[in-house]
This record gives sequence, structure tokens and C-alpha cells, in this order.
Amino acid sequence: MTTPLAVIADLVPPGSRVLDLGCGDGRLLAHLRDSRGCTGLGVEINADKLIAAVQKGVDVLQLDLEQGLSMFADDSFDVVLQIDTLPNIRHTENALRETARVGRLGILSFANFAHWSIRLRLLTGRLPVTPELPYEWYNTPNLRIATYADFTRLAAHCGLRVVDAFGLRGGRRIDFAPGLLGSEAVFCVQRA
Amino acid sequence: MSASPSALGDVTPQRMTFSQPLPLQSGALLPSYELVYETYGELNAARSNAVLVCHALNASHHAAGSYGGDPKSLGWWDNLIGPGKPLDTRRFFVVCINNPGSCFGSTGPMSVDPSTGQPWGSRFPVVTVEDWVDAQARLLDRLGIERLAAVIGGSLGGMQALSWTLRHPDRVAHCAAIATAPSLSAQNIAFNEVARRAIITDPDFHGGDFYAHGVVPRQGLAVARMIGHITYLSDDAMAAKFGRALRNGALGYGFGVDFEIESYLRYQGDKFSGYFDANSYLLITRALDYFDPARASGGDLAAALAAAKARFLLVSFTTDWRFSPQRSREIVQALISNRRAVTYAEIDAPQGHDAFLMDHPQYHGVVRAWFDRIAQELAA
Repeated sequence: MTTPLAVIADLVPPGSRVLDLGCGDGRLLAHLRDSRGCTGLGVEINADKLIAAVQKGVDVLQLDLEQGLSMFADDSFDVVLQIDTLPNIRHTENALRETARVGRLGILSFANFAHWSIRLRLLTGRLPVTPELPYEWYNTPNLRIATYADFTRLAAHCGLRVVDAFGLRGGRRIDFAPGLLGSEAVFCVQRA
Repeated sequence: MSASPSALGDVTPQRMTFSQPLPLQSGALLPSYELVYETYGELNAARSNAVLVCHALNASHHAAGSYGGDPKSLGWWDNLIGPGKPLDTRRFFVVCINNPGSCFGSTGPMSVDPSTGQPWGSRFPVVTVEDWVDAQARLLDRLGIERLAAVIGGSLGGMQALSWTLRHPDRVAHCAAIATAPSLSAQNIAFNEVARRAIITDPDFHGGDFYAHGVVPRQGLAVARMIGHITYLSDDAMAAKFGRALRNGALGYGFGVDFEIESYLRYQGDKFSGYFDANSYLLITRALDYFDPARASGGDLAAALAAAKARFLLVSFTTDWRFSPQRSREIVQALISNRRAVTYAEIDAPQGHDAFLMDHPQYHGVVRAWFDRIAQELAA
């Protein structure tokens, strides 16, 4: 996870019921529980990460996000998190719609492929290798790449309202030209 | 005495007699009865570290440890229970009870019916998962255990664990239901019915009162076990273990044992019919068939599970087609809709239903981590 815990935690209202899709070892949910009194549930496909989450006292369901969130009722969570998971999902649009269906607030973050350093790198004719995208094009686990501007369009296409959006660089919030200066993009969305 | 092959060492079964009749779901009463059970570890001063282990169809109260150092006498869940094991007996007081109707020492069809002085046989009342849970609760009462730190079971044992959280919600802090289902499917019931017909139509069954004739319906019981065994294994596991391997290297052009799988099933069937009671097999498969906590709420499992207060662990195995992951997910979904705490692991294991008895690192890793958290909560 490259998005700083504190940045995401600040976006989650205290006491929220949180669903963390692709929760990894559960550190974000444990942090939200301990620092903001949230109750939470994670979804993680990797068994070893699930064990690490259970060790932290975090409840996790071992499910494949590609199969959707049909297990969860509409508005059954205050907040649904997709931190650095969206690029790993093939059915991106469906995942976004489902996130907004299940949660009253969706918080998503992903590496912004339009950061200026990536634009420069592309000018050399090569795909970038950055701290947020530390893979070569031929071995990346990411199925999708997206930019800040692209996501804004997808959110609108899905009928979602963006209630907050910003870039991140070095763990710090960037509100000026986030699509150019943010190495990561963070979006808070709600059904319109 | 030789060194025990179990980390837990040798264990000794205990026996408890109950003179007050047990009311059953059928409306009948089990008059007086005995339960055989084993305990491992020490009950703490606060009596808060008890874990009840519920056994499945053909298992018993002997969940862990050995008898007299004999490696063949290991308990059925010895790889999971013991000092340093995922269910660590250095921290938990573990209780496992042989259910009434079974045939390993607790009152069952082979026991003497006090009203006739004869073995119960066909007259032993049909018992359900709920009846077992109530019988277990009475035994825990006598041990001075008001509230369980956890209840755990696999397969039919998982059904009992689930039922515990519904019948005695205030007495269960945590529930681990492994390789189980909220009810049997039509296919599951169909397999059970074939098994029962094999037993009942065996000429040596004598309507269930074969004890008086000095015989056992061995053939029927063996066939029942063969059918069961097929459903415990995955197609892949069977292919890997036996494939089309021949017993004697050549086809026999007859109906004897040609294939290794035939030899294996016959061996399992014969072994089983040598120690298991035919009436117990009928009763226990019927308890499986009847288990359906959602029945009272018109099939609405979420409504049925609303009574539960425990924190849950559900585990399924990808190749288990008898109690498939989908059935566990039904339970998970019903618990989630009630906002109950639940962790669910879907373990990628090749063995089929039997995987719940195996020492799989991720499966045992999840169970270990889950019990570690319970132990930490107890210590806090």
C-alpha cells in the first residue's frame, strides 16, 4: 500500500462502518478501529494476507472482487475503501458502481498515470517505472492504468458525484493541478 | 509406557450420567442417558477459557491425544488441538463430547433401554443437531462452564457450532464453523438416503433390532460408508491418489477388485462396518438431513441467524463439493446482513471435504491466528 494511512483515515468519519476492498494485511482497518473508533470488514483474496489481518483482530472475507459485491446489501456500509486496488480489477466500471452501491461514501486511490514525471518518461519512448508503479510493462500486476482526469470521467459516466478529489505527492495532499503534480489520485464519491 | 505420538500425550475419556430426561425436537424424551467426553488443558479460575469441539458423522469424543501411546489411537483432530497447536491446550480448556445416538460410549441405539431391558435398536428416538447442542449444554453446566470462549466444529460439527450460537447465544463468544452448510442440499440428502437404504435393506438389519440376532448388517453399512467416502474426496484427489491404477496390473474380466479405487473403497467400507453401528449411521445422517435453522423463518437464513451474538470464523475448501464454498458463503452473507463479526477463509486445498481434517498451512494458519486473538482477549 503506497497511499499513507493517515491521509485516508482523515477522510473516514469517526465511528463509521467501513468495508475495505483489497484490505491486504488489514493495517488500515486496524488503524481506523484504533484511532477513529470505526468498525470494519476487509475483503482480501490472498490467504497469507488474510492471516495477517486476523492476527490484528481485523475481520476479513476471502472473496474475489471480480465476482462483485453481491454479498453486500445497498448502503450496508458508511464507507467503502478501494485503496490501490482499482488497477488490479478487470471489471473496473462494475467495481466502481458496486462500491458506490454498497457504501454511502466511496474512497478510492490509485497511481496517477499522468504525473509530470510519467509524461516526461513517455516522451523518451519508454513506459515509466516509479515508486507507485514499480514494475516493467511486461510484469506489472496492474490490469488497468488510469489518470486523475480519466477517473473523473468514469465517475461521471457511472453517475457518481465527486465530493472530494486531490493528488498526493510524498504523502502530502496536492490540490493545485493534482492531475499533473499528484503521483497518486484520491477520490471520494457518492451516488448522485 | 511408550512415548505418545501426540503432542498432547495420552488422554482418558470420562463419563457423566444424566438422570433428568432430555426433551427432543421430535417431542420425544430421552429418559436417562450417559455422555462420554474428553477434556484437554486446564479450565482457568474464571472458567472463561473453555472451547467446545463438536464432532462429525463418524467421529467421537476422542478429538486429540492418544491412548496408551498407540499411534493408531490418535484423536481425529490431533493435528489441530494440543500444546502449541492452532487450538492450543496450554491456553484453552478443550471439551469434546460424544453425541447421544452415536456409538462410541454415549447413550445410543446399542445401549439398553431402561424401560425394556433390551438394546434401544430401532426404538432409539431420532435426535437432531439441536438435541445434541442441548445435551452438550447440560454437560457444560455440570462442568461449571457458563460461557464458552469458542465452539468449533467441521462438517456436521460445524452445524452444531452454528446451532450453539442460535440456541444459546449468550453462552458462546466465538464460533468456528468449518466445511459446513446451513442445510443439506437435495443432492446431499440423496446420498444419505442411498446410504440408509443400503443399511435398511441388508437382510441382517432386522428392522434395526439385529443385536438380538447376533448379527450386524455389515454389507449395508460398508456400502453406506463407500458412498460417503466418495463424497468426502474431490475428483482430483481421487484421480491423483488412484487414477485408473489396477490392483493386479491387468484387467480381471470379472467383477472382483480390478481398480485400486475399488480396493480402497471396499477396505474403507469393511473397516467402518467393523466398528460403527448401523442404527447410529441412520440416526446421524437423519440429523444431517433435518438441520435447517432457516426452516422456521420460511427459508430466510438471515432472519434465522439474527439471534446469534458470537464472532464467527467460517472456513470452506475450494474442492469440497459435498459442502461447497457457496454454502459457507450463504452463512457469511446472512451474518453480514445481521452485522455480525465474521471472518471467512476459502482455502485452496485439493482434498475435497476431507480437507477440514488435514494439516493445511493456510487453513491452520487462519485457525491459529483466530484462536490467538481469543487468547489475547481472555488475557486482557
